[in-house]
Amino acid sequence: MTYEDWFRKDRLPHIYCAGCGNGTIINCTLAAIDQMNWNKDETVFISGIGCSSRAPGYIVTDSLHTTHGRALAFATGVKLANPKLNVVIFTGDGDLAAIGGNHFIHACRRNIDITVICMNNQIYGMTGGQGSPTTPKGCFSTTTPYGSAESPFDLCELAIAAGANYVARWTSYHVKELEKAVKVGLETPGFSFIEAMTQCPTNFGRRNKFKEVLDQVEALKTHALLKAKRDRMIEQGENIPDDFFIIGELIRRNRPAMGVKT
Amino acid sequence: MTKIEFWQGNTACAEGALAAGCQFFAGYPITPSTEVAEHIAAKLPKRNGVFVQMEDEIASMAAIIGASWTGARAMTSTSGPGFSLMMENIGFAAMTETPCVIVNVQRGGPSTGQPTMAAQGDMMQCRFGSHGDYSIIALAPATVQEMYELTAKSFNLADQYRVPVFLMADEIVGHMRERITLPDKIEQVPRRELEKGVLPFHPNENLIPGFATFGKGHGVHVTGLTHDERGYPCTTNPNVHAHLVKRLVDKIENARTAIADYDVINPDAEKVFVSYGAPVRTVQQVLHDRNTEDIGFLRLRTIWPFAEDALKKFKNVREFLVPELNMGQIAREIERHVNVPVISLPKLGGDLHLPEELEAALVVNR
Repeated sequence: MTYEDWFRKDRLPHIYCAGCGNGTIINCTLAAIDQMNWNKDETVFISGIGCSSRAPGYIVTDSLHTTHGRALAFATGVKLANPKLNVVIFTGDGDLAAIGGNHFIHACRRNIDITVICMNNQIYGMTGGQGSPTTPKGCFSTTTPYGSAESPFDLCELAIAAGANYVARWTSYHVKELEKAVKVGLETPGFSFIEAMTQCPTNFGRRNKFKEVLDQVEALKTHALLKAKRDRMIEQGENIPDDFFIIGELIRRNRPAMGVKT
Repeated sequence: MTKIEFWQGNTACAEGALAAGCQFFAGYPITPSTEVAEHIAAKLPKRNGVFVQMEDEIASMAAIIGASWTGARAMTSTSGPGFSLMMENIGFAAMTETPCVIVNVQRGGPSTGQPTMAAQGDMMQCRFGSHGDYSIIALAPATVQEMYELTAKSFNLADQYRVPVFLMADEIVGHMRERITLPDKIEQVPRRELEKGVLPFHPNENLIPGFATFGKGHGVHVTGLTHDERGYPCTTNPNVHAHLVKRLVDKIENARTAIADYDVINPDAEKVFVSYGAPVRTVQQVLHDRNTEDIGFLRLRTIWPFAEDALKKFKNVREFLVPELNMGQIAREIERHVNVPVISLPKLGGDLHLPEELEAALVVNR
């Protein structure tokens, strides 16, 4: 199989807006999967609801597009009932961290052998730009017209605390690193969580002073702080600005996992 | 060789599921259904099946749907509060035509209500609880024997019709203990696999598509969105939506005679009890005490789709009397189908009707 063979071509064109970062993340994921030499008949993509969750519809394998927030609970059933299947989940910040928050922490705790790719665009894109649990403090959305007053979740910290075996964060700018992280996630037994920060020009960018798509990509790049550099800065007593986020491999460990292929 | 046991209803339910080849159970503890999960938790892993306790009933329902798509016979059990949480994914199962079995050992509601007391208050919720139009199958056991047999039957119906099937038990039937005769073997009607070259949601003459089991090379896309026969989302074409929803309803409603399961007793009577679940036992006592043929009894095991033809078996009927542990949910359904008075005999609080309460209802001049 080549990388292109993974796409369900009769479903194209896709629904994503011009400038959306989701396509980049789907590309990185499929490029990583292609390197795994997986059989498409033994691979299942699962998702919930939202822009990110439309991705499985564009992939040729068996795919389950479920209810809002519940993808990980459906995935738990698929993987435990047939551990031979490779199970990959596409989700977003609203799907995973708001309505699906409980399923997220419990899937991490069970450390079930699945790989979760979260497209974090910090907004509810499909419904027209409402604030999400990862909308940064002060940012504008249709439901935070005076700037978000709430603190956002750090999804990676959540996954680490809840017990995931592999956790990494990159952005839609860091395509090579993201592809590599997804591959490590696919290879790691247990729950792998890869958060991909991505731009949403239609609903986040235009309300938050990003006039061009690349302005927001640039902002993701300049606010991303490599874990090693962050550690160094802390060591040297340097101040890390609040609006920076950490990128890189954040944990890789070997806690006992459920649903591993034998 | 048949085997005789003395079992609790919930145990019989769990054993019925195992006998029917249940391979996957996901659930969440809730009174008065917990014994079903406990029994399966002990037994299923020894048969290479999977038991998983999920974080809530939303997840339990999701997990059995996921398991079902791998080809496994999958089940959950719960009671009212958990049943309410399951409604979201029950709608998903109906829309995606996912075979699954949901046991509801009913207790008093609304809300947390009476955890340890019986009720039949979820009969309409199981029919209409999720949003949108769809049809399901629901069975109601009145004995420990039926807890076993109807649970097993639920799996066959789920696979045959590709629909969520509900075993609508109640606390009394779930917790009472009585003698049960175990059959040597439970017949298993297998799910029909999708043939190669046929679209995954293209129905056969019975309006039921073949099942595209995950991992078998079908490359099926399953979505809760309105979809065409390829399984692809098609959400703004009115014809596609109307056609799909009508098929989801018709595949069950057209088969109501085949699905119907009931007993007709004393069909020439003028006064006829209609009952299901635990209240059946009180009606049986009344009939036993009178020892005459002047009182009719329609004993329902299938509740949905409603066996309306069964009502027509009573040619001389002048009134139907319907004792239920609710405010008359099935009595109103019966009213839709007949031209004689339908007397609802509701009983709330958790106790069964006493035989004298039903006797009294018989002698009221209307």
